Amino acid sequence: MTALRADAAVAWAIARKDALAELRGRQAVGSTLFFAGLVLLLFGFALGPDSRRLTEAAPGLLWLAIVFGGLLTVARLHQLEADDGALEELARYPVARRAIYLGKALAGLGAMLVLGGLLLPVVAILYGIDLAGAWLPLIATLVLGAIGFAAVGTFYAGVTVRMRAREVMLPLLMLPVIAPLLLAAVKATTAALGGDPFGELGSWLQLLAGFDVVMLVAGAATYGYLLEE
Amino acid sequence: MGVRLLGIIGLVGVAAATAFGLFVVPADLNQGDAQRIMYPHVASAWLAYGSFGVTALASIGYLWKRDLRLDAIAVAGAEIGVIFTAFAIWGGMMWGRPVWGVFWQWEDPRLTTTALLLALYVGYLLFRRLTDDPARRAARAAVVGIVAAVDIPIVHFSVEWWRGLHQGPTIGSPDRVLNPSAPGQFIIALVGMVAAFTLVWLYLMIRRYQLARIEWQIEEHGRLGRISAARRKASVPTGGQPEGAR
Repeated sequence: MTALRADAAVAWAIARKDALAELRGRQAVGSTLFFAGLVLLLFGFALGPDSRRLTEAAPGLLWLAIVFGGLLTVARLHQLEADDGALEELARYPVARRAIYLGKALAGLGAMLVLGGLLLPVVAILYGIDLAGAWLPLIATLVLGAIGFAAVGTFYAGVTVRMRAREVMLPLLMLPVIAPLLLAAVKATTAALGGDPFGELGSWLQLLAGFDVVMLVAGAATYGYLLEE
Repeated sequence: MGVRLLGIIGLVGVAAATAFGLFVVPADLNQGDAQRIMYPHVASAWLAYGSFGVTALASIGYLWKRDLRLDAIAVAGAEIGVIFTAFAIWGGMMWGRPVWGVFWQWEDPRLTTTALLLALYVGYLLFRRLTDDPARRAARAAVVGIVAAVDIPIVHFSVEWWRGLHQGPTIGSPDRVLNPSAPGQFIIALVGMVAAFTLVWLYLMIRRYQLARIEWQIEEHGRLGRISAARRKASVPTGGQPEGAR
């Protein structure tokens, strides 16, 4: 029990440090946010100007933008650490490695929530979607999707952070793994926006939650091997 | 010698099973000759799954024992698995065109899952190629291999659901083969093909494992060579020309 509490304290401290660095201008989230918005605009060019088609495709486009923006976000969160040699220092602290992982994942989750939360109204405006009445399921989908993405993204960012060609390797390793997350999140978002006529929303949210738990456990169990030299 | 013999037997077996499947077993009543693709297709798909299973077990084993031989088994499994997966997808597409009318059927969960499997392990192999230090590569690749294996059931389950929640059952199932004139022959053809493919698979696995060990020796040799070259350079203060441009 005390070990758990110690882990939580370490994780919280790391996440807080990342959030502070972000607020003080490290710009891991700000620039990727602009990028993700740009992706949404380009999807409009690719599929528009037929507004009905855009409305139909909106859940998928939203999650693709979150995925693309999220890839950059989790990569930068690790990169900032590695560039200054802080990751090696972090690895030397006498704390559980899983706590370091959970802290970085928590920071990633915060960034993903900001990203998703700001992209949602952009999608609503650009693709003409009425969000009213679907808030609760949308937020649930966003939170569960963000947890899964942060869990997987933190792990793979840790895998690739010291590699050459990491810009290519991170999406290459990560995108096939998050395919179930993308699929479930898009389905849940579609169901939420359509008023869930088939009663399937709950199943997709459960799938997302299951994915989150499995990936968090796998990441926490294996992240330590990435820090060793 | 034994390994080579294994390869020859496997190759002859595949040729024999192919001849049996093409010329002896009668055509399927529903699917016609296209059904014959199933014999190598199913055999390669099973062995592909088996290969990835080997990689997952060897990865766990490596993290536990830290024996580079287990890493060599892991890379053999992934590489051979990718080849068999690609072959299975290719065969499935060749079968799908005449039977389903399309090369790619999004509603077939096995096809979509297998495509993602291919992507997962191609990524794994590229990752290995871009990491130089053998011990570090082995540990990280093991972790990547384990997480990929953990993802596979979720991928399968989600894709199954994705289709299942909306669409009815799949149009055709390759498992149902009908021809009352020779009911038993199709099983003989399939079992024979699986057995022959397994021998070839085993041969390839052993050879790839041996190759991985040779690769270390070369890597180690190159590293030692660089170290001794650096030592020579440091110990002999030359006033003349450097040996080569950096």
